[in-house]
Amino acid sequence: MLTSRIIPCLDIDNGRVVKGVKFANLRDAGEPVQQATRYEQGGADELVMLDVSATTSGRETALDTVRAVRRALSIPLSVGGGVRTVEHALALLRAGADKVGVNSAAVENPSLLRELADRVGAQCVVLSIDAATRIDGSGWEVVTRAGTNRTGIDAIGWAASASSMGAGEILLTSFDQDGTRSGYDTELLRAVRQVTALPIIASGGADNAKHMLDALRAGADAVLAASIFHDNDTTPNAIKEELRASGIEVRT
Amino acid sequence: MTQVTIIDTGIANTASVSAAFERLGCDVALSHDPGLIEDAPLVVLPGVGNFGAGMRALRTRKLDQVIIDRVENNQPLMGICLGLQLLCDASEESPGIEGLGIINAMVTRFADEVRTPQHGWNRVGDGYAYYSNTYRIETIPEGWDGETSTHGSPFVAYLRRGTTLACQFHPELSGSWGADLMRKWIENAKEAAVC
Repeated sequence: MLTSRIIPCLDIDNGRVVKGVKFANLRDAGEPVQQATRYEQGGADELVMLDVSATTSGRETALDTVRAVRRALSIPLSVGGGVRTVEHALALLRAGADKVGVNSAAVENPSLLRELADRVGAQCVVLSIDAATRIDGSGWEVVTRAGTNRTGIDAIGWAASASSMGAGEILLTSFDQDGTRSGYDTELLRAVRQVTALPIIASGGADNAKHMLDALRAGADAVLAASIFHDNDTTPNAIKEELRASGIEVRT
Repeated sequence: MTQVTIIDTGIANTASVSAAFERLGCDVALSHDPGLIEDAPLVVLPGVGNFGAGMRALRTRKLDQVIIDRVENNQPLMGICLGLQLLCDASEESPGIEGLGIINAMVTRFADEVRTPQHGWNRVGDGYAYYSNTYRIETIPEGWDGETSTHGSPFVAYLRRGTTLACQFHPELSGSWGADLMRKWIENAKEAAVC
């Protein structure tokens, strides 16, 4: 049986791991290869790296970081952040990413996912959705450009079209919950689970195994977390032990 | 140093496969030269992507017969993911396109009731392997050894015959379990070469 995945996330800025709250206030959190290796040894099922560099030179550095992490890592590596063109995505795959996540650019140019899927297969394409509760509280809308742009696009409808657009997986981040460590947005997860058969990675708000259990029960196939693993509060293996006790199948 | 040649079909992502063999101390080369692939000691047919595109890439590069001959002569070959499927007769993914016909099986799509693509770790024997697939073969064909995993219903995890090893999962992404499998394939191939 397919097991539920625990996925640590590394935000990378100019070759360094950083962590912020609500996509801002970045602070240094270490060296990528070292962190990635520690996560693999700690039971991570996969690794997500998000390039948060705002500059061209930062993005070049990100390719080097992907190469270095790939050399060390024997679990899947998914890379996203600022991917705007097919060429950029292909460069990340050649550098050693197994999957590439597309976020803002998919909203601005939805045919990008299809072009990419036709080149490399949908299983390498992740639609990364940042969803925020609408100001009036009615459902969720897609936000882009690190949350600075509210698009008005219904996040659930957007997720529903992911498969036909060419994505093989959805990385669903709650902008409201991100960095708060108060739990995933399980209502959002339930709503998205209703409309797609694609695997969903839940992201934003994890503090503990209970939060992850809630997300998996709400329909997530994988749970992503950054801060709790950065700060050595816990390891994927420790989380898995708790999940297993609650009847969730995980890789040992 | 052990030489591993990865078939460069132009469509598959080879970085992870290369890195995994390099971690095992192998000297890795990419090639689509039929002559080179015919004589190479250890050959890997990686695979990500579409069945039809994969077959087209092999035929255009005149690699189809070379791969068939290698398996016939028990020259070591490892197929990964789509690399397993291309060895089969045909696939539902690309109707009307003939596969290499080395494994007498039809590649079919997972049932609608299960999550597709299957992204993640699934049990194989005493370990866990990482899968990323929408298509699979359902039973172990005659003449092959192998094991199955379950995603809704059982499907083939890997097949083995002589020094041919075909994996539906990605050994290169399957942690130390996958690395052990790759190491055993290399050792098995070397023993076969000595005999």
